[in-house]
Amino acid sequence: MTRTSRRQTWRILFLISPSLFWLIVFFFLPLILVFAISFGQRGTYGGVKWLLNLGNYARFFDPLYLRIFGRTVYIAGATTLICLLAGYPLAYFIATRPPQWRNVLLLLLMIPFWTNFLVRTYAWILILRDQGLINTLWTGSLHTGLLQLSNLVPLPIWEPLLHATAQPLTLFGTDWAIIIGLVYGWLPEMVLPCYAAIERFDFSLVEAAQDLYANRVKTFLRVILPLTMPGVVAGSVLVFIPSLGAYVTPDLLGGAKSIMIGNVIYSQFMAARDYPFGSAVSFVLMAVMLVGTLIYFRGGTD
Amino acid sequence: MSEYAVELEGVSKHFGPVVAVDGVSLSIRDGEFFSLLGPSGCGKTTTLRLIAGFELPTAGEVYIGGKPQGETPPYRRPVNTVFQNYALFPHMSVFGNVAFGLEMQKVSKEDIRRRVLESLEMVQLPGMENRKPGQLSGGQQQRVALARALVNRPKVLLLDEPLGALDLKLRKAMQLELKALQHRIGITFIYVTHDQEEALTMSDRIAIMSGGHVLQIGAPGEIYEQPADRFVADFIGETNFLVGRVSEIRAGEATVLVDGTLEVCALATADVVAGQEVTVAVRPEKMTLHAAPPDPLALPGRVEEVIYIGTDTRYLVRLTEQTIVVVREQNLGAATTARFHEGEPVYVSWTSGCDRLLTE
Repeated sequence: MTRTSRRQTWRILFLISPSLFWLIVFFFLPLILVFAISFGQRGTYGGVKWLLNLGNYARFFDPLYLRIFGRTVYIAGATTLICLLAGYPLAYFIATRPPQWRNVLLLLLMIPFWTNFLVRTYAWILILRDQGLINTLWTGSLHTGLLQLSNLVPLPIWEPLLHATAQPLTLFGTDWAIIIGLVYGWLPEMVLPCYAAIERFDFSLVEAAQDLYANRVKTFLRVILPLTMPGVVAGSVLVFIPSLGAYVTPDLLGGAKSIMIGNVIYSQFMAARDYPFGSAVSFVLMAVMLVGTLIYFRGGTD
Repeated sequence: MSEYAVELEGVSKHFGPVVAVDGVSLSIRDGEFFSLLGPSGCGKTTTLRLIAGFELPTAGEVYIGGKPQGETPPYRRPVNTVFQNYALFPHMSVFGNVAFGLEMQKVSKEDIRRRVLESLEMVQLPGMENRKPGQLSGGQQQRVALARALVNRPKVLLLDEPLGALDLKLRKAMQLELKALQHRIGITFIYVTHDQEEALTMSDRIAIMSGGHVLQIGAPGEIYEQPADRFVADFIGETNFLVGRVSEIRAGEATVLVDGTLEVCALATADVVAGQEVTVAVRPEKMTLHAAPPDPLALPGRVEEVIYIGTDTRYLVRLTEQTIVVVREQNLGAATTARFHEGEPVYVSWTSGCDRLLTE
């Protein structure tokens, strides 16, 4: 190594030292600690007994936890899919507006997210619960409306509808309440990368495809989608990964039955005081996220 | 079946308050190399896009092979386009790009393979089918774009300034190659360009456009020798304009008084009358310089500037206070100095009939 290139190396090390320090002290060392703890054993009164073993990882494969993990993947997957189906067209719409409108529309998309996440999740409780906004309309206006209608035009078809609207819908505390909350929370994470990809897309290629006998659907599938795939991949990862680790949303919107792996980790650390098992679950989740991300990015670039 | 490959009937296109194409009527013959020539913003590209179906006319009708196109989308029109920026699909190989149109038309796999390789052969790009467009030079990309359009065997090929991005030498070579290719396969080419030399070199006929209108349609020779108006005369090649008033018409010859002092003789056109404001247009290469007046019609002047450009020498000759003409003389001999020098008195003449009287 020459003297100048060595000096260059030192200069670079100096410049990145603050972030390097931060990452080592606040990210890497705690991670090592958690990793070490995951091989320990819960002490009688909490705490960690350093009896190194793989029992915590074995315990994760208990059907109880596997089922919760399965539901977590299902909820995160459904969230990602819905975000994609809703976010991509929205991103496409914004990216194809005249330039002066695009920033306004992106701003409008971001405005709700200036409110605290907790407050916004609470708002969904007010909308979804049995006496909430949707059910007030369902059992109130809709029910009485149907009642009047059935009095005016007596037909048998009203019977099941009246029966259904007499009871509030069970929305709150279900998997779908969590999915709604997560979709609402992570939608911009999908829209922004998709927008960036679509905005960069050269629309003269659409004309080229149409000139070569491709209709709208074929043009989308063969030209637009493949060329905006990096945005789709990035958006999906940005939605799927935090959804997988979601804790607040299932805690507030989910019921006793619909808990996610994030709630398990929380309860192991806070309620059960089983640090080693909580650490093991954290590491399994992280490993799954890492593998999933790698597969997804590799698939996207091919 | 109509003898015309493409016809436009009073076609107009408005973009909000902007009129891009204004009542254009064209009839383009089967197998013709037809150019739309004009400065940028003249509506030539919009006209091409109206034929392709990327734009729909505000008024009028486009016929392809005798069939009115109405609101037919581009993917149902029997035409293909070579785009100015080529618009090759960057995520597909050269083979994928060229095969795209055939795949959309559900041609069988074997036929696609055969036809793609054939058309790559035709544009002299054999063995390139596995490359990505990003790995090709500008000229090669241009050939792929050409192959991608021609592989579909369209009735009409539309070309939107396809050589605009190439360097001069390659452009010249491609001009000849395109012309030869068109001749060989016999497909109608509609070629948009702002380069007059390109249009003159390649076209069977040219339509000169300006401000959304077609000003003149004709063979290159007609356009050059008999420009319909001042714009065409000015746009195509170099022209001297002598502006004046008709003082007399006798035996088919009009005498035009330029700047009140200079009498210029020109072939009269049918519509010209005495007292009318007219322009006499004469090409620089039609004019000759003399030391002594060769005939009584020769115009006296003084050499202002001599510019040697290798093949020719250009003389700027002042005829009156307001009027300077350019005279272009071919350097036929081996002399290293010009025949006339700055400040010398000269006489300018041209063969009768080489002038053109324009009333606009």
